[in-house]
Amino acid sequence: MMRAFFRVAWIVVKKDLTVEVRSLEILSTTIFFAVTVVLMFSFGLVVDGRPLNDVAAAILWVAIAFSGTLALGRTFERERHNDTLRALLLAPADRPALYVGKLAGILLLLALVQVVLVPLVGLLFDAPIFEHGFHLLALLAGGTLGFTAVGTLFAAMLVRARSRDVLLPIMLYPMTVPVMIAGVRGTAALFQPTPNLEVTQFWIALLVFFDVVFVTLALWTFDPVMTD
Amino acid sequence: MRLRSLVLCVCLSVLPFAAFAQQPPSGDFVPVDETIPGEQIPALPLIATAYGFIWVALLGYVWTIGRRLQKVEAELADLESRGK
Amino acid sequence: MLALAAGMFALAPWMINAAPNEATMGLVYKIYFFHMPSAWMFMVAAITSGVASARFLFLKRPSADGWALAAGELAVLFGAFTLVTGPLWARKAWGVWWVWDARLTSSLMLFMIFVAYLLLRKYGGPGADKLGAGMALFGMANVPFIYVSVNYWRTFHPLTSVVPTLPVEMGIPLWYCVTAFTLLFIVLLRMRTRLEHQRARVEALYLLEDES
Repeated sequence: MMRAFFRVAWIVVKKDLTVEVRSLEILSTTIFFAVTVVLMFSFGLVVDGRPLNDVAAAILWVAIAFSGTLALGRTFERERHNDTLRALLLAPADRPALYVGKLAGILLLLALVQVVLVPLVGLLFDAPIFEHGFHLLALLAGGTLGFTAVGTLFAAMLVRARSRDVLLPIMLYPMTVPVMIAGVRGTAALFQPTPNLEVTQFWIALLVFFDVVFVTLALWTFDPVMTD
Repeated sequence: MRLRSLVLCVCLSVLPFAAFAQQPPSGDFVPVDETIPGEQIPALPLIATAYGFIWVALLGYVWTIGRRLQKVEAELADLESRGK
Repeated sequence: MLALAAGMFALAPWMINAAPNEATMGLVYKIYFFHMPSAWMFMVAAITSGVASARFLFLKRPSADGWALAAGELAVLFGAFTLVTGPLWARKAWGVWWVWDARLTSSLMLFMIFVAYLLLRKYGGPGADKLGAGMALFGMANVPFIYVSVNYWRTFHPLTSVVPTLPVEMGIPLWYCVTAFTLLFIVLLRMRTRLEHQRARVEALYLLEDES
């Protein structure tokens, strides 16, 4: 039964990949958007040519949050436009598997965005992204998963709602405050001149906890919430 | 039901008198009167705003609920009489 | 409506009560008598909304949705009380309107979640009741995370302002206020839920009329 579950999820991921690879529209525009966010914030937070303390971490995660919200909105807008979400829901597939499939697809997208984003932030702010690379990776993975897990559920919920464009960030940002705090503080502790690994590990643990709780919650609520 | 509410109100109203009899414990903070007069921020506008805000908001909320409830019940009565 | 009368009645004499008792403590600390019960009711309302949402989503009780929405509105109401009276008191007690300490920031975040909840229910269009229920549930589950993360966000760095411990022993007036606020909360919740249920019935009847 588990195999069927993951097979469905994989089919959804493949479908999304196939559609995206044809045009690369969402990927390229999201990457560029993330870059503009970094630059915009830099103008405010770099004083006298030097970035304020911990600004690199903050800008990185704000860029992830903003571009993540955009990617979520547009991925589901695509579904809505072609009415494919309804088709998916009508299919005799385990609904949580659909959720996992969409989640995996968007995670992949955001991972690719971060492949560009993280080196850029490292470059612009002279941040040590390769020292303690595993810690940074854990933070990014945990944080992005937490953010996307909640975001995928909300974005799917909002597909048929009015005012969905502004409702998604309104709902998502307060709900993912713990993820943002953990991501920024963990990354900041890592980017310090003498990195504080204990602090980083604490935040990674919090992120893992958050991910477990909220992915489980999302799996439970996906079906009742998407039922008409 | 009416009797119960009445008894409840009477009991609750007695409490202020009990409170009068109690001496408030001197806590671990400095009463404002003892600070240097120059440092003080006038308290009255702050308190008035705080209590005033709550009262106004509460009354406003209760009033809007009451009004909407009246409207909905009128509609309900109308619909039900039409249905019959 | 008698319940309403009893509730409101309980509030009025207590105002008189709170006044004379605090003469030695300095005028502004009296804000606390409203501030703390408001904060408690804010939490109670948030939890009520979360629990009702869970019942609506998982036990499929349609009436639970009315409770969830009513409790959500009250969460915003009492949350607003807390977040307005707090800074007004803080201005006098600490000299600043706001400090980024764990409790204040967590409360603010929870408040934002429920404001978003109300916005979703109002502007989300049809089907927003289910969406809102999902959101309220997530909001409730998030409370420990918000608190822990904000708490450690603050304490890994030295605090820039000292948050004084609130005096615990204020005796009878405080508990009187808490009781009054609890009554008020129950009364408002019942009224608002009743409104919501009646509204749902009206809608159902209209639907019935349209179909026949």
